[in-house]
Amino acid sequence: MQELMISYLKRDSFIHEMTGATKLICLVLCSSITMLTYDTRVLIGMLVFGIVIFKFSKVKFREVAFVFYFILAFLLLNNVAIFIFSPYEGVKIYGTRTELFKLIGPYTITIEQLFYLLNITLKYLAVIPLALIFMTATHPSEFAASLNRIGISYRIAYAVAIALRYIPDVQRDYQDISFAAQARGIDLSKKEKLTKRIKNAASILMPLIFSSLQRIETISCAMELRAFGKYKKRMWYSGRKFAKKDYLALLMVSILFILAMGVSISNQGRFYNPFRVQ
Amino acid sequence: MRKPIIEFKNFSFQYHAQAKPTIKHINLTIYEGEKVLIVGPSGSGKSTISNCINGLAPFFYEGEMTGSLKIKGKETKDMSIFELSEIVGTVLQDPDGQFVGLTVAEDIAFKLENECVDQPVMQERVKVVSELVGIDSHLESEPHHLSGGQKQRVTLGGVMVGDVDILLFDEPLANLDPATGKLAVELIDRLNNTSQKTVVIVEHRLEDVLHSDVDRIIIVQEGEIVLDKPPADLLALDALTKTGLREPLYITALKYAGCHVKPEDRPQHISRMQLGDYKDKLSGWYSSISKEKAKEKRPVLLEFDKVSFGYTKEKMTLLDVSFKVHKGEMLSIVGKNGAGKSTLAKLLCGFYKPTKGSILFDSRDIIHDTIKERAEKIGMVMQNPNQMISKTMLFDEVALGLRVRGVPEEEVSKRVYEVLQICGLYPYRSWPISALSFGQKKRVTIAAILVLKPEVILLDEPTAGQDFKHYTEIMEFLKQLNQKGITIIMITHDMHLMLEYTDRAIVLADGTVVADDTGAHILTDAKITKKANLKETSLYELALKAKLSEPRSFVQCFIDYDRRMRTKCRN
Repeated sequence: MQELMISYLKRDSFIHEMTGATKLICLVLCSSITMLTYDTRVLIGMLVFGIVIFKFSKVKFREVAFVFYFILAFLLLNNVAIFIFSPYEGVKIYGTRTELFKLIGPYTITIEQLFYLLNITLKYLAVIPLALIFMTATHPSEFAASLNRIGISYRIAYAVAIALRYIPDVQRDYQDISFAAQARGIDLSKKEKLTKRIKNAASILMPLIFSSLQRIETISCAMELRAFGKYKKRMWYSGRKFAKKDYLALLMVSILFILAMGVSISNQGRFYNPFRVQ
Repeated sequence: MRKPIIEFKNFSFQYHAQAKPTIKHINLTIYEGEKVLIVGPSGSGKSTISNCINGLAPFFYEGEMTGSLKIKGKETKDMSIFELSEIVGTVLQDPDGQFVGLTVAEDIAFKLENECVDQPVMQERVKVVSELVGIDSHLESEPHHLSGGQKQRVTLGGVMVGDVDILLFDEPLANLDPATGKLAVELIDRLNNTSQKTVVIVEHRLEDVLHSDVDRIIIVQEGEIVLDKPPADLLALDALTKTGLREPLYITALKYAGCHVKPEDRPQHISRMQLGDYKDKLSGWYSSISKEKAKEKRPVLLEFDKVSFGYTKEKMTLLDVSFKVHKGEMLSIVGKNGAGKSTLAKLLCGFYKPTKGSILFDSRDIIHDTIKERAEKIGMVMQNPNQMISKTMLFDEVALGLRVRGVPEEEVSKRVYEVLQICGLYPYRSWPISALSFGQKKRVTIAAILVLKPEVILLDEPTAGQDFKHYTEIMEFLKQLNQKGITIIMITHDMHLMLEYTDRAIVLADGTVVADDTGAHILTDAKITKKANLKETSLYELALKAKLSEPRSFVQCFIDYDRRMRTKCRN
């Protein structure tokens, strides 16, 4: 199970050397770019940028392959859903209708719709490498510190970090509990009917919640006894100062951001429209 | 003049959720640099005393306090939990549950981070403290991946880093194997001696704590302090057994032999105790008591044949494990943390399949049987009852396994009532489970397994965290079940359990079986105890010291005699 999830991978790259806060801000800026624009040229640019950065991070593709394919599967599902619920979204946006062929009923494939879906796919694809890098190149202990650095209260930042850290423990609890339940004859496998399975899963949930609550009580006791929450601010043992690299990266991504916004303005909208008759 | 650092004066505390005060009119003074052990049965209020010292009561667990409690001359009423944390450092029971940092260094630094200490100072302090507790070579490791003893060092480091005056330990030995527990006790002692810090230990494993000297032992019972004496004086009295606590085994043995232990014999530690004329009495007693015959071997019920298993391809958790379990046996599986005990249990229940080898039940290979099919033969009871209980009512919980198997409701209630009778839970049959005590909940989980009529019951740490009284209750109950013909296998850290209640023990170390023998033989074999992080029993040391003939069989004799005596007392 562990190999499937992504976690911090220690590598010797300049991306790893940057502070967590820099990486977080860059990620936020880059995702804003791809989120805001539907301009194919910008998106392709961002995708290339993402792939290049990913290469630099020295993280190997196979190390994140599972998560990548997982997201890809969802992306495909998303595209299909968009087509089913709004088959002419592209036509509406780009103002022309070039029919390719008729599917069934009201569904006709149009070039505009395909182009629209291509843009959506690009949006995701452009963010995925960057998000994967952030997760694999940021040491978990720097994660909370970087959230705190960008202005989130350290209590919340720490809560997030602790929650992330306890996921494996809760997974282990879940496994033990479900084993015990199965031994008593509570079947969770496909042999059982779905309604029954859902009901059976519920009987695992209760002990899981109780054991998790117990964990929370212990950890909050331990934290309070060690002066967590004493002051409005706190220091971070692994917190690092911004170095030249960080400023450089921030500057570069900010320029990217401004450029992307500039393109949107010159397009007079978020969409790049190759169909418009000049 | 000794300076008092903790002063309880006519102090009482009542949790908001409780109808009565948990501790009543306590008067207790602990002086600077002292090392004090607080003992008492579960529910006696000893944990509440510790919670009041560190401020968890009333800041975390709300409640009402009356009387006065001064820490370093200041009323705790007028302090915050943070102010208290500057004076009192607390090591909680379970090291795993209290790690907040993702690396050892960060976990140790946690308190300094919260105190807004500058980074360079912080790093320096962490370095110094980690050297002090001996974990400086693991600063970058994840605390969860360390061994039990190393974990204890990290938690201790995290407390020491704040430069506190008082170190408070809440059952520090509960989750440690015997050898690691011994090291922890030695470490605490060293810190007490070198740093002059006041040490307060709350623990019911008295004999293990006494491995190093303590200045005073305080016995708490029903919320009151019943005794406050140096260990030598206390051991000469019968105070421990009267409060339902277990005295060191060698003391019990001496008392059986008719010796009147006196404080000047230095009874707090077997290796330094002066036995004098007790030696003759002891050997006289030894030759007078009858030896029990070894039980005859019954047919084999369960067999592990060269079983290997690894969670990953690279690392084998179990390697060529072979052993046999006979019908109607009571067996323990022991070994240090991570030796593969729990994995073995999971293989037995079918949660995982062995990579190699076979598991035979009644000479039939059961490897291909499903979890559900195996559960009809082998029932598994987990360590924490809360992980098993999924219904709100006792009856439903016990009936669950039958209902999902489609047993008609009439038969369900017949069988459930029958099992509740056996487990002594019949009077509570219509109670909600939340109203039961921990020990009763444990019985509920056993009942829920028993109702499926398995031939073997497998229990993971059946007595973890239980005091002597509850330990005896649970174990006697299991013994009764055993006498009804059910084979019982227990995974445990508890050397007493292994000695007193199981005919045989299988010792695992690093995934292989290193011994398969009686408890008495294992705990008198230095090679095996070392390999498996166990501890030689003090009885053996006593026997050697008294120059008894056949010191190894003395251990078994004592255990048999003690069991007979205790059974007599109860009836």
